[in-house]
Amino acid sequence: MRRERHAKSTSGIGSRVWRSFVGTLTIPRDDRERARLTLNALLLHFRPARLPVGTLRYTHTFGLGGMSLVLVSMLMLTGVLMMFVYEPSPERAHESVVRIEEGISFGRLVRAVHHWSANFVIIVVVLHLLRVFFTGAFRGSRQFNWIVGLALLACILTSNFTGYLLPWDQLSYWAVTICTGMLSYVPGIGAWLERAIRGGAEIGSATLIIFYALHTTVVPVLLVALMAWHFWRVRKAGGVVVPPGDGHDGEALRRKVVFLPNLLLREVAAGLLLIAFVFVVATFIAAPLGSPANPGMSPNPAKAPWYFLGLQELLLHFHPTVAVLAIPGITVLALLALPYLHYDAELSGRWFLSAKGRRMGIVAAVTAVIVTPLWIVADERVGHANRGLAGAHPFIVQGLAPLVILLAGVALFYRLVKSRYAASRDESVQALFILLFVAFAVLTVTGIWFRGAGMALVWPWEV
Amino acid sequence: MPSRQRKPSSAKPSRRSFLVWAGIAAVLAAVAEAIWVVLSFIRPRPARTQPRDARDAIVVAGPEETFPPGSVTAFPEGKFYLVRLEDGGFLALHRRCTHLGCTVPWDASAQVFACPCHSSAFDIRGAVLNPPAPRPLDHFSVRVENGIVKVDISKPIRRRAFEPSQVRRL
Repeated sequence: MRRERHAKSTSGIGSRVWRSFVGTLTIPRDDRERARLTLNALLLHFRPARLPVGTLRYTHTFGLGGMSLVLVSMLMLTGVLMMFVYEPSPERAHESVVRIEEGISFGRLVRAVHHWSANFVIIVVVLHLLRVFFTGAFRGSRQFNWIVGLALLACILTSNFTGYLLPWDQLSYWAVTICTGMLSYVPGIGAWLERAIRGGAEIGSATLIIFYALHTTVVPVLLVALMAWHFWRVRKAGGVVVPPGDGHDGEALRRKVVFLPNLLLREVAAGLLLIAFVFVVATFIAAPLGSPANPGMSPNPAKAPWYFLGLQELLLHFHPTVAVLAIPGITVLALLALPYLHYDAELSGRWFLSAKGRRMGIVAAVTAVIVTPLWIVADERVGHANRGLAGAHPFIVQGLAPLVILLAGVALFYRLVKSRYAASRDESVQALFILLFVAFAVLTVTGIWFRGAGMALVWPWEV
Repeated sequence: MPSRQRKPSSAKPSRRSFLVWAGIAAVLAAVAEAIWVVLSFIRPRPARTQPRDARDAIVVAGPEETFPPGSVTAFPEGKFYLVRLEDGGFLALHRRCTHLGCTVPWDASAQVFACPCHSSAFDIRGAVLNPPAPRPLDHFSVRVENGIVKVDISKPIRRRAFEPSQVRRL
């Protein structure tokens, strides 16, 4: 019957293409027809035809996944535009970026949109990870999608980092020198790894072309493929996690409504607001561009990109092998293992699991906010005196010993909070996650605002 | 047309299993070739700026009397500092910090090489005064021929600690 109607109403190629992509020109009046339209049009069928009304509430997901998609799309559009002008060689790179900024209409705006979208997308995907974790949306059929999400996070970070070098100014040259230098501390293959990623002993034309290829081709292709997989797995899991509710309440939350227009309008509104926000920021704050890279002079202080400053802060306190390998390695393994831990209870969709989980989370956050700065200051004062320890190997004094103290402290916190609150494993793991995440956030904030010349501790107004 | 009747023989592989194994081997070979191609593209290549032969790798610093004892002279094109110690010995120090590769400036008033990136500090001999640098500054071999100081910058030499043998004496 539907087929007949289609056959009857086709007139030109334009309307046929439109119908295939979007559906009809007019939105059907009843829900059944709307659901059918959603299923049959190419663009609409990526979204579910019907969904539980409880998942529509903005504070349930904050739309963070969709925001990431919007930002990545903006990055690809502005990135392709810049590829028409940018020249990836040390002699030409900085000059061509100046040309984008000054010689092309709206060039400054396009580059600023790219810059700000790239910075915002890191914040948004990390918030997305937190949302998924704190609403327990990584269990059962969603376990593996957590892994895909971590791979996407790695892609976003790689993309940001490789893009950081391309302007070839002092900031990018030295930030990439430091970050690739970190690789040399991987035991065994470190020196090879550093040479491979740089394409030689030092940052040069080989490095730039490698980063350019990764930034403009390899990572975007991976990103698109992984995003498709990520979204597909969300659909296979039955959409986003449904907030739990008992009895009548739960019935009401699980009641299905049609996508069109309930979710579509919300998504379009959120997307447009985000685009408007990025454009406003990009209009008023241009992307930074320093003087051309000078391999003979490191700026003081020379800092990594802001999202790696937590890692750089670790480097100031631990032996490099611990700071760039042991701690990040343990963190990545823990994140990968997270959805596969055996939990005491099946809890999904409720923010912070329970009232107790919320209280423990606050305790963990406060602990991290107090202990981390104390550690930083104490290590700065006491540690430097200790480093003269005659005869002791630096890996033991600056690496192994602090790492053991750190791990023991974390384990102690876990035991204490678990017994103090008689908590389930879910709640205790959540508290531990909050402790470590907030500690890392404090390290990042320290690196951004509290490190001045010579990486000495200073107040933000003295930087 | 080939006969469908085949003797069930365990010793002799049938044509089908041979073709299956050959197919698997061909796929594996193709994968290995693809990996080889990718690796040969992403393998580090010698930089174009690196000296092509040994002669290019020698930087002529100048007559030895132009470097007074206790002096540090920068050679930006050779990426090293020529140090003349108080006892008259020469030492050519690589300007790269051994921590993460920042360029280390010489602070003459404090008599230290102070890294701006993570506040590592080295003394005039390149030995570590302040971590996080894990080892002394790398050095290059120095020769003095007819009173002319020459530095071979082809390969930075790593060292665990400062030894008197690293210093070139007249």
